[in-house]
Amino acid sequence: MNPVAPGHDLAVDWALDESRDRSKQVLLAHGGGGQLTDELLNDVVLPRLANPILNAMFDSAVLPCQPQGRLAFTIDSYVVQPWRFPGADVGRLAVSGTVNDLAVCGAQPIGLALSLILAEGFAKSHLEFVLDSIHATAAEAGVHVVTGDTKVVGRDHADSIYITTAGLGVVPTDRCLTPDRVRPGDAIIVNGPIGEHGLAVMLEREMPEVQSVLRSDAAPLNGVIESLLKELGEHVVFMRDPTRAGLAGVLTDLARQSGWRVGLNEQDIPVRAEARHAADMLGLDLMEVANEGKVVVVVRPEVAGRAMEIFRGHPLGKDCAVIGHVEDRDDGLCVLNTAIGGHRIVQKPYGEQLPRIC
Amino acid sequence: MPQRVTTARHALDRLGDAAASAGRPMTFMEVCGTHTMSAARCGLHSVMPATVTLLSGPGCPVCVTAQGDIDLIIEAAFVPGVTLCTYGDMLRVPGRRGSLERARSRGADVRIVYSAMDAVKMAQQLPGRQIVFAAVGFETTAPASAVSVTHARELGLTNFAALVSHKRVIPAMTGLLESGSVHVDGFLCPGHVSVIIGSEPYRPIVDMYGIPCVITGFEESHMALGLACLAEQVRDGAAELVNLYPEAVSSGGNQVAQQLMHQVFEPADMRWRGLGVIPRSGLALNQEHREFDAQLRLGLSAPEDREPRGCRCGDVITGGCVPPDCELFESVCTPILPIGPCMVSSEGSCQAWFKYKRLHVAPIAQMTPTEVTS
Repeated sequence: MNPVAPGHDLAVDWALDESRDRSKQVLLAHGGGGQLTDELLNDVVLPRLANPILNAMFDSAVLPCQPQGRLAFTIDSYVVQPWRFPGADVGRLAVSGTVNDLAVCGAQPIGLALSLILAEGFAKSHLEFVLDSIHATAAEAGVHVVTGDTKVVGRDHADSIYITTAGLGVVPTDRCLTPDRVRPGDAIIVNGPIGEHGLAVMLEREMPEVQSVLRSDAAPLNGVIESLLKELGEHVVFMRDPTRAGLAGVLTDLARQSGWRVGLNEQDIPVRAEARHAADMLGLDLMEVANEGKVVVVVRPEVAGRAMEIFRGHPLGKDCAVIGHVEDRDDGLCVLNTAIGGHRIVQKPYGEQLPRIC
Repeated sequence: MPQRVTTARHALDRLGDAAASAGRPMTFMEVCGTHTMSAARCGLHSVMPATVTLLSGPGCPVCVTAQGDIDLIIEAAFVPGVTLCTYGDMLRVPGRRGSLERARSRGADVRIVYSAMDAVKMAQQLPGRQIVFAAVGFETTAPASAVSVTHARELGLTNFAALVSHKRVIPAMTGLLESGSVHVDGFLCPGHVSVIIGSEPYRPIVDMYGIPCVITGFEESHMALGLACLAEQVRDGAAELVNLYPEAVSSGGNQVAQQLMHQVFEPADMRWRGLGVIPRSGLALNQEHREFDAQLRLGLSAPEDREPRGCRCGDVITGGCVPPDCELFESVCTPILPIGPCMVSSEGSCQAWFKYKRLHVAPIAQMTPTEVTS
C-alpha cells in the first residue's frame, strides 16, 4: 500500500503521478540494463514469451545442433506505422515475416531472436499487446523466441516500436529452391488474394476515417509450405514471399534471375473486389502492394494440380490460383496478359508508393 | 468472365469494325491522367486496331505544371519554418534544386497529404510552423483546395497558405486545338473532371471545332466503349457530345463544388508545360482570399520558367511526340531518375509507357507476328 495519500501536497501528487506513469509507460531507464530493465523483462516480456531456452537468460541462446541439413539464417526489421492495423500488428508481422523468409528457402524454423526498440513513452499496455501477439504468432508457427534485447530511445528518435527479428532454420539436405531450377512450362501459383496487407496498413495510416473490410493477411506460412515440400519434394522448384514490392517485385526478379519470360494472366490473379476498389482509390497497382501471408510457388507442370489441392486443404491456401507459367523465351521479361486480351510488361516498382492526385 | 471484360471485348469489336469501314487512320486524345494509366495498365494499346491511335493529352496534373511553378514549390520547402504539404505525385518531380524528395532528405519538412484538409489540420497541430499546401491539379482537386482555404479562414489560421497552380481542362483543350500542333479526330473526355464541371462545357469544342467529345469512366470497358463511340462518329462524319458516364456526370456538373471554387478562386492566365500561357486557363486566389497566397506571404519571386534541356514532356503532353521519340527516354530519364514530370507521375505518359508498354513499342521488328497483332 502506498504510504502517502493523494491530495496531501503537490510534491506527493507529482510523485504519485510519476509512479503511475512509470507503471503505464516505457521510460528510457527501461532500456538501461538496470533494475527497471529487469522489471520490464520479468513483468512484461518473459511471462509472455517463456520457454526453456529464453528463460535461461544467457547472453546467447544455446541450441542443440541439428544432425543433418544446412542452416538458414535471416533477419528483418519491422517499422510499420501505425504499429496496429486491421488484421494484425507489428508483433504478428515480426514473427510471420521472418518465419516466411525461412520457409520459402525450404527451412524449418528452430528459433527466433527478437530486438525491440521502444520509444520513451510507449504505453506498457501496448507493449503487452505486441508481446502477446508475438507469442500467439510464434505458437502458430511452432517456434520459440529464444533470445532477445530491449532498448529504449528518446521520443525524438522514434514514435512507438520497432522490432528486428532474426530467424534460424534448418534446410533438409535434399531441398533446393533457386531461380536457376526454373524452366519453361513451370506453373506459378499464389496462395490467395493479393495486396491486402499493404492496403489495410495504408488505409489505417492515411485514411483512418474510411471503413474497410480489408485486413492484413500477415500469417506464418511454414505449415502450408512444409506440407507442400514434404509431398511434392523436388517438383517444387522455387518460392518467394511477395512482401514489400508485391507480386510485381517477386515475379520481375524471377524473370530476370532465371532468364526466362514469366507470363501472367490478369484474370487468374486472385483479387478481392474491395482490394481493387481501395487500390483504385489510392491510385496503386495491386501487383505492387505488399503481402505478408502470401507465397509465390513455382512447380513443375505435372504437379500443379496436386499443389493446388494441398493449398486448398489449408486455411491459408484455400483461395490459391495458378496465375501464370514460365514461358519458352529467354528475354527475362515479366509479361501480363490482360483481361481484355492485351498485354503489358510488368516492371519492378520504384520503392515508395505515392498516392496520385486526381 | 466479369461483365466489364465482356463489355470491353464487345466494344473493341465495335471499334475494330468502325475503324475498318472508316477507311482512314484516326487519332484520338484522352486528357486525363487516370485514362493514361488505365489504358496502359489494361494493355488497351495492344488490342486497338492498327489504324487507331490514342494520344495522351494535357491531363496529368503533375505533367502540365510548368517548370517555374514546380521550382516555386521546391523553393518554398526550403524556407526556414515552412512545412510543405504536397500530393504524393509531386514528391519526385525534379526542379532546379532537385526534387521535393531530395529536399526532404536534406532536412526540409515535406509531408505527403491525401487531401487539402490534411494540411489545414496540420496547421492547427503545428502552430509554430507555416504550413504551405501545393495546390495543383484540375477541377477535380480545386474544390478541395477551396474548402481548405475557406476552413483555414473560419479557424482564423495565420499559418496556412497555398501555392495555387490549379488548371481548367477546357481551355487546355481549346488551346491545343488553336495551336494547330496536333491533329485530333476526337476527345475522350475525363470522367473525374466532368463530375465537377458537367458535360456542357465540352459543347463549344464539338460545335466550334467539329470534334467529337465522349465522356467516359476509367475501367477498360468504359474506355473501349468511348473509343468505339468516337470511331463510329468519325466513320459517320458526325461530331457529337456523348456522355457515356451518366451515372456520375450530369450536364451541369456538381454545383456545390463549382460554387466553392467560385468563392475562393478566379480565372487567371496560367502557364502550362508545353502549351505556354493560356488566357483564363487557371485558377488563382481571388482578392478576398489573397492573404492565403503562400508566394506573397513568403515573399518568393517567381522563378524563371525553364525546362530541362532535351526534355520533351511539353511535346508529349500536347501529342507532338510519343515518349520514345524523346532522346532522354529510357536512356537518361527513367522512373528511378526522372528528368521530366511525365516520367515521375504514375499517370504520366512517359512512366505509363515505360512501365507498361515497352514490349509493344520498342523493338517491333524483333517481335513475332503474333505479338504485333494480338
